[in-house]
Amino acid sequence: MSESRSIGLVIKKLDEFSSNRLMKLFLYASSLIFFFALVLLPPLIGIIENISYINTIIYEQSLLSRANSAILQSFIMAFLVSILDLVAALPLAWFIARSKSKVAHLIDTLVDIPFLMPTAALGYSILLFWSDKYGLSSLLGVKSLIPPGFFLVLLLHFVFSYPVIVRVMVGELLNYREIYEVAARTLGARPWTAVRTVTLPLLKPGIITSFLLSLARSLSETGATVMVAGSWENGPVFLFNLIEMSEAEVPSILKNGMLVYVSSFLIASSIAVFFLISLLAPTIRLPIRRVFPSLEGKMSSLKAVKLRDSFSLLILFLIVIIPSIFIAFPMFESILGGALGSAFSPFGPWKDYWRGMLISYGVSLLATLLNMVFGLPMAVIIARRKLGRVSTILKAIINIPIIVPSIALGVSLRLFWGKYASIPDFWTLLSSHITITYTYFVASMAAAIESVPQELEDVASTLGARPFSVFCRIIFPLTRYSMFSGAILVFTRALAETGAAKAVAKSREFWTLPVLLVNWIKDENVPITQKALGAGIYMVSSFIFLLALRLFFMKRKE
Amino acid sequence: MPTIKLVNVTKKYGNITAIKNLSLTIEDGEYLCILGPTGSGKTTLLKLVAGIVKPDKGEIYIDDKLVNNMPAYERNVAYLPQYYALFPHLTVLENVAFGPLSKGLSVEEARRISMQMLEMTRLAWRANSFPHELSGGMQQRLALARALASGAKILLLDEPLGALDARLRVELRYKLRKLAKENNLTTIHVTHDQEEAMIVADRIVVLRNGEIQQVGSPLEVYNDPKNIFVAHFIGGANFFEGFVADVDRYGSWIQLRNNFLLRINDPNRSVGERVIVMVREEKSKILKAKKKREEINVFPGTIVNTSFLGDFISYTISLDNGDKANSKVPLAKAIGKFKVGERVYLYIEPEDVKVYPYPPHGLYKEIEVI
Repeated sequence: MSESRSIGLVIKKLDEFSSNRLMKLFLYASSLIFFFALVLLPPLIGIIENISYINTIIYEQSLLSRANSAILQSFIMAFLVSILDLVAALPLAWFIARSKSKVAHLIDTLVDIPFLMPTAALGYSILLFWSDKYGLSSLLGVKSLIPPGFFLVLLLHFVFSYPVIVRVMVGELLNYREIYEVAARTLGARPWTAVRTVTLPLLKPGIITSFLLSLARSLSETGATVMVAGSWENGPVFLFNLIEMSEAEVPSILKNGMLVYVSSFLIASSIAVFFLISLLAPTIRLPIRRVFPSLEGKMSSLKAVKLRDSFSLLILFLIVIIPSIFIAFPMFESILGGALGSAFSPFGPWKDYWRGMLISYGVSLLATLLNMVFGLPMAVIIARRKLGRVSTILKAIINIPIIVPSIALGVSLRLFWGKYASIPDFWTLLSSHITITYTYFVASMAAAIESVPQELEDVASTLGARPFSVFCRIIFPLTRYSMFSGAILVFTRALAETGAAKAVAKSREFWTLPVLLVNWIKDENVPITQKALGAGIYMVSSFIFLLALRLFFMKRKE
Repeated sequence: MPTIKLVNVTKKYGNITAIKNLSLTIEDGEYLCILGPTGSGKTTLLKLVAGIVKPDKGEIYIDDKLVNNMPAYERNVAYLPQYYALFPHLTVLENVAFGPLSKGLSVEEARRISMQMLEMTRLAWRANSFPHELSGGMQQRLALARALASGAKILLLDEPLGALDARLRVELRYKLRKLAKENNLTTIHVTHDQEEAMIVADRIVVLRNGEIQQVGSPLEVYNDPKNIFVAHFIGGANFFEGFVADVDRYGSWIQLRNNFLLRINDPNRSVGERVIVMVREEKSKILKAKKKREEINVFPGTIVNTSFLGDFISYTISLDNGDKANSKVPLAKAIGKFKVGERVYLYIEPEDVKVYPYPPHGLYKEIEVI
């Protein structure tokens, strides 16, 4: 009784605090300081301060041309993957959104599998399926069906971007008012013509968003790409390999110069490409003037639709789902072979593994909590335009951390924090995870708050509710689901991050689990049972954790 | 019961001035209607009183207390936006109890007051429903119950009947006024429906581009509109352009298009003055034939259209001088009497004519509502 009374008093006190102008100012200011001082400025300053290092690489023509080629490959791969993903994912999104069959629900759930898997585990699974003698190659009797290199990276990036595009496009299709399409059909357009000339142009913003998300993901991914890249290099793989190089291979002054050069180039070019696409893509007009009644009539036939759906499902299962979950086979084989016991041994490689897991979960949880606490006021600033035009600018620049390749961000953070000797390595690691995941929470929360009509807040306020009360009783219940989804997104992204974690970790002591796994998988001396079990435990623990969170939040939601 | 006073209030949104130097006093327990077209500043005016937006200039007083910097939650006003802003995640009872709980009442007390308000608005039986499960009329009543339960003595209604169908709108407007009066509330009711304003208001304020055009009782505003815009916006007006041809001791002669002469009972005009004359549609009478040759204000024309308005029939007459006029005739008098294409006369009594100076930008610009 006295406990509930004291809680009531605390809430009342907070309520009174919230109506204090200075308190509000403090809250918003701390959120802005957090964003600028921890998220945006450190990587930028890190690069700018060290830009003079670039002079050291001018005469290193062979390394320089390798770096330039890697940067170019990053963009070639990202554009190619995004186009292929869009072409393949759009029909499946259509099937999920429009099909009335029960299969569509099952497909809708299965699509998320690659998205939920840690990328290191996903990369290894794909490597095993397509390339290793263990997978499809053994079935077909070849040494390596698709050896590590450009095509395997293409397949990997296709797989992890695929669910993102399907998810965005399903959402767009469900929100789309079919009445426009119906109107076009009553005016004589064949179904395919109506879709091409009416629906697709109206879905253009969603198509651009999903294309950009896929592009960002492909440009940024490091850990899994390193596993399947072989001798092929894009920007992140080049940076990863460069960090791995010893002093004998590359002197540290040259190494730093090259890290600064590639990172700054990747950061600047990614930002430029994204803003250019965001500005120009909406102005591109789709070819809708000409109509081909005969051809489009055939394309609208039941047979053509069935063929399209079958092809989409074939891609989903053969290219996306089966290779993604293939890791389960060697994992179970390892368990049945008795390898599980050794995994819990406190000695040898598994000691590093469990330490890595502890660091990964610790850093991810802390990054999630800090982003939630300091990101929430920022989401309010953006959604409710508390700073007028500045809010609009903030809305654009909070996207920078997800646009920029994470390993490049990690390199710049390493340069920034590296000059402060007293700062513990764990802090650098945490800061990199905060930076990389910041956007996910703030952007999803800002969108959720924007969707709550301002009028509800106004009315609550005129009914006597103070700002804290308005938040607790109106905004929070209506955005709770988005808040938890945003937090889960931050957590999973932080847990899977490899590039930045690799860049900032000065010693093996601070290797996160994905970094450790990438090293295991690249190391030919590590037995396959250990690799599969390591990746499998990581995957299962991540699933269990997410499931527990989901159940907890779903229960709360009820 | 509180008095609301706005003194020289200005509110801008960027380059747009929503309210321009506006002064207005709303008396205790008064039911005031703010009438104006879209974009005239009606909602901004309500939000200023509610404390949702702050004025850039001027003062707002509630009960003689300056409230410019007083936050909304301290003003004790209840604001009802057009679509009611019912909290979708709360039940009917929780919605109504929101105000009392926010003001620090105990759960039991809040529940008692809320149930009382729900009884009064005949919604007690839906206490555990969610807002989306209610009909439009019920939602409106719920919004009212929520406002009343908060204990506010000022009720700010933004197009409260706008989301309802025509029949319900008519039914609820009387109840709305009754409820406000029974609970001794000072009410500001924003609407763009002149008929609704005429019926519910003690006084009407006509607003245009953030400026007050006229304040008065419904009868005053209807019968004696201060300018062309008010005359037009209040509805049912015929306008003719002309100039003062002659003035004598008892009145003036206005020359309309093509030498049609209109007699008015206003001798205070200047010969040659360009004017707009206005006659209400129901005061514009149709005659089958002229009674006397010398009769004044009788203009020949042809009926070009008829519209059935329920209790009235409206006839559009194309006058022989090129002007057009509408005449509203009670249904009982109109049945079978006139038909499209028929030659008739339009008759206007001199005392029914209002005269306005010709506006600088022309008649159509003056009555434009967008």
